[in-house]
Amino acid sequence: MPRQETLKKNSGQVHPRQELGSAVVRFAGDSGDGIQFTGSQFTQSTAMSGNDLATFPDFPAEIRAPAGTIFGVSAFQINFGADVIKTSGDDCDMIVALNPAALKAELPELKKSGFIVADTGAFTERNLHKAHFKANPLEDGSLSAYRLFELDISEMTLEAVKEFDLSKKGALRCKNMWALGFVYWMYDRNRQPTIDWLNQKFANNPNVAAANIKALNAGHAFGETAEISHDVHGFSIGQADIAPGEYRTVTGAEALTWGLVAGAKLVDLKLTFCSYPITPATSILHYLSNLMEFDVVTFQAEDEIAAICSAIGASYAGALGVTSSSGPGIALKGEAMGLAITTELPLIIINSQRAGPSTGMPTKTEQSDLYQAVFGRNGDSPLVVLAARSPSDCFDIAIEAIRLATKYMTPVIILTDAYIGNAAEPWLIPDVGEYQATPVKFRTDPEGFKPFLRDEKTLARPWAVPGTPGLEHRIGGLEKNAETGHISYDSENHQRMTDARAAKINGIADDLQPQTTDEGPETGKLAVVGWGSTYGAINRAVNALRGEGLEVSHIHLRHIWPLPKNLGSLLSGFENVLVPEMNTGQLITLLRSEYLVDAQGLNKVSGQPFKIFEIETAIRAQLEK
Amino acid sequence: MNVVTPPDKLTPKDFATDQEVRWCPGCGDYAILKAMQRTLPDIGATKENTVFVSGIGCAARFPYYMATYGFHTIHGRAPAVATGIKLANPDLDVWVVTGDGDALSIGGNHLLHVLRRNVNLQILLFNNEIYGLTKGQYSPTSRAGTRSPSTPWGSIETPVSATAFALGAGARFVARSVDTMQSHLPEVFKRAHEHIGASFVEIFQNCIVYNDGVFSQFTARDVADDSEILLEHGKPLIFGKERTLGLRVKPGLFELEVVTIGKDGVTEKDILIHDETNRGLADMLARMEQPTFPVAIGVIYCLPSPSYEDGVKAHMIEAKKLGAGNDINALLRRGHTWTIPG
Repeated sequence: MPRQETLKKNSGQVHPRQELGSAVVRFAGDSGDGIQFTGSQFTQSTAMSGNDLATFPDFPAEIRAPAGTIFGVSAFQINFGADVIKTSGDDCDMIVALNPAALKAELPELKKSGFIVADTGAFTERNLHKAHFKANPLEDGSLSAYRLFELDISEMTLEAVKEFDLSKKGALRCKNMWALGFVYWMYDRNRQPTIDWLNQKFANNPNVAAANIKALNAGHAFGETAEISHDVHGFSIGQADIAPGEYRTVTGAEALTWGLVAGAKLVDLKLTFCSYPITPATSILHYLSNLMEFDVVTFQAEDEIAAICSAIGASYAGALGVTSSSGPGIALKGEAMGLAITTELPLIIINSQRAGPSTGMPTKTEQSDLYQAVFGRNGDSPLVVLAARSPSDCFDIAIEAIRLATKYMTPVIILTDAYIGNAAEPWLIPDVGEYQATPVKFRTDPEGFKPFLRDEKTLARPWAVPGTPGLEHRIGGLEKNAETGHISYDSENHQRMTDARAAKINGIADDLQPQTTDEGPETGKLAVVGWGSTYGAINRAVNALRGEGLEVSHIHLRHIWPLPKNLGSLLSGFENVLVPEMNTGQLITLLRSEYLVDAQGLNKVSGQPFKIFEIETAIRAQLEK
Repeated sequence: MNVVTPPDKLTPKDFATDQEVRWCPGCGDYAILKAMQRTLPDIGATKENTVFVSGIGCAARFPYYMATYGFHTIHGRAPAVATGIKLANPDLDVWVVTGDGDALSIGGNHLLHVLRRNVNLQILLFNNEIYGLTKGQYSPTSRAGTRSPSTPWGSIETPVSATAFALGAGARFVARSVDTMQSHLPEVFKRAHEHIGASFVEIFQNCIVYNDGVFSQFTARDVADDSEILLEHGKPLIFGKERTLGLRVKPGLFELEVVTIGKDGVTEKDILIHDETNRGLADMLARMEQPTFPVAIGVIYCLPSPSYEDGVKAHMIEAKKLGAGNDINALLRRGHTWTIPG
């Protein structure tokens, strides 16, 4: 007997929706089930409902892993609410499991008494076996701690779309939309943006568009009419207190792409982006390849080394060279980074960090390339390292990186990671006209020209590009005379050049805003110091505990090298320093060696971002010491 | 009124820097440098628009001695850096100078791809069949049996043919010359420069310290006529002191053979005419080795086709015509946006 028949039809009585402050929903299914599309549609609709939100796409490295397996599970988590959000949430309030493997993989993420929406049609013996269930968990009582909605989504989808004459396989591909429709009802979301999107996506195949829309509406209608539980009548979430203005959702990869385009425009250079495909950095290459009308040239190089070398060539010839990769690819670029450092050419190097070492876990996030960024080259080879804290922050980071690279004639590494690269959040769209333009002036005057004669203030050398009459000169990786740039093995000259390269980078600290706290006063019992994508979790934890009256502040670094000038004195105003990082302790080494501060680490390398409660727990432990 | 005097034609001297040349006395590189400094004025090159890019090795010092723009990069990567230069400014005239280790060992991948993409630049491979700068180890072009500090029992590797590699990679211009051929070398440089797309020139270059005389069995004055064949487009493939030797297709087989005109009924009519645009012939000419065959010198293959930069430029024009415009504020607002009222 089909399970849903046991559900009572809605008696017609109107029950009020339950008000929630926020909710965390996780969609999960096979990597071929369209989970990421489903999640991004829910995100769009939620953003347009006026909620604050943050997402976490969590998918396997395999493109189409064998159906029904645990390693093939793709998930998308969204945290949304009337409050300030900033992270994709700790434990989930609801898991939508489109097969047994999804339930198995995602159940640990669900809070006790949370909701499970399970597609019973997919809980076949074969699928249960593939997910390593000995018995059907929907029937053996093992889920008694949770609220279980058993819906034969497969069957109801087939029924809903039967008029469209799709193959069974084709029809079942609409079941993510059925599930989405149901969750839309559950959280009172507007379906129209998704309907518009389906019509646009399947413009060439109106039958498929119509079938998906039918499935979406059927899922929604089911929620409206079926009495799924005597005490669950859907939820509503109030609007967040959001600053007025025009918004969109943005992922880190999108924001970084647009930031590069805007940043290049602000310094009046053409962008030459040279990259080799690597997860999770590739989306930037895809996005930029579609922006040629902005004078963006993209080049898919034969390997990581060619990618950075062609970017260096582009900068040498007067464009803004940018290369992008993830940890393993960045390792291959090391020697060429040294070349850009010693020839003092502007260059942007983006590292979308992932779990390492070696190939590691390509789709999982980590912050373990800080050492590599700051120290990972032969010789004394300083450069600038910046770290983005959130998806939308990637826009400003790219603009700042380009400004610093061109002003100081130096490579700049941007650290982002798999989490913020893929995660989405609402973004108050800026007006690029309000950013300060700092157009590059190439050297053109032959009078007194020496390729390595530095600007007294910035210590930058002149940028003289090929094609300029009278400035012909030779540069290279060999040590150069401090003024003429001719090859020099002179010992005093090498000392002078090494010192100058270091002084130039250190001097950039004078150009940075002093470090402040993101939450809490600038002195106190405990400072939590973070960098990069841990921003949201640290910020929410510190905010919550300050609400309880605990004496804790949050300091978040965007300038990893050089460090802000006042950071040492800022840290000395706190009795204790806690450094949460998604690595085994890299920023903490830097802080300890630079400031002799007895900082304590909180380290996590599970491939998953920090949860707020993990940071709260660590803060409490520090304060109770 | 100002009288504008047209600039005097540049001379080889104008292309020489004040830097002391640091190759070993007697190195073949001196002759190549001289030939290049003589070529540039003849082809109307300007100092400001010319860029020499090199990797690492003895040959890689070349840019320091040319009074143009120059970039001495890292080992094997010059083709990649040069590609970036052309992407940023296609109007620059770029010469890549490399050696057998730089181009065919550590940089083999980049050479493959710069040729395949047909980036509009010239690549000069100074082949001396040895690692000079690291003191004499065998290189990827060293012949089997080469004794070196790292192969005291003789190299057991099959060498790579630079020209066959280039053709295999899809190069549309492949030529050869010899460091000592002071009238031939500039002519090959001119042809390489004229060609739109990636031009590949292998120069047999003598390393006087670590591999002296390695090419002398065909380059030495007394044997060259009989062991080299100078290729000329549209001319019969005839060589030899008496100009009686020639190449023809072996009857019944898809391969070349050396024949003597006037012997066994062979006449000049039987001799193949060199056709630079014939890829099959180019493959066979590139693979000819001593002692069975003469070594082919000159332009082996030349078949112009659109360069990589031309393709990029065409896409750029298309994107500007058909794209959604270049207003960044509009870009940020493409797709779904919503407004929170104030």
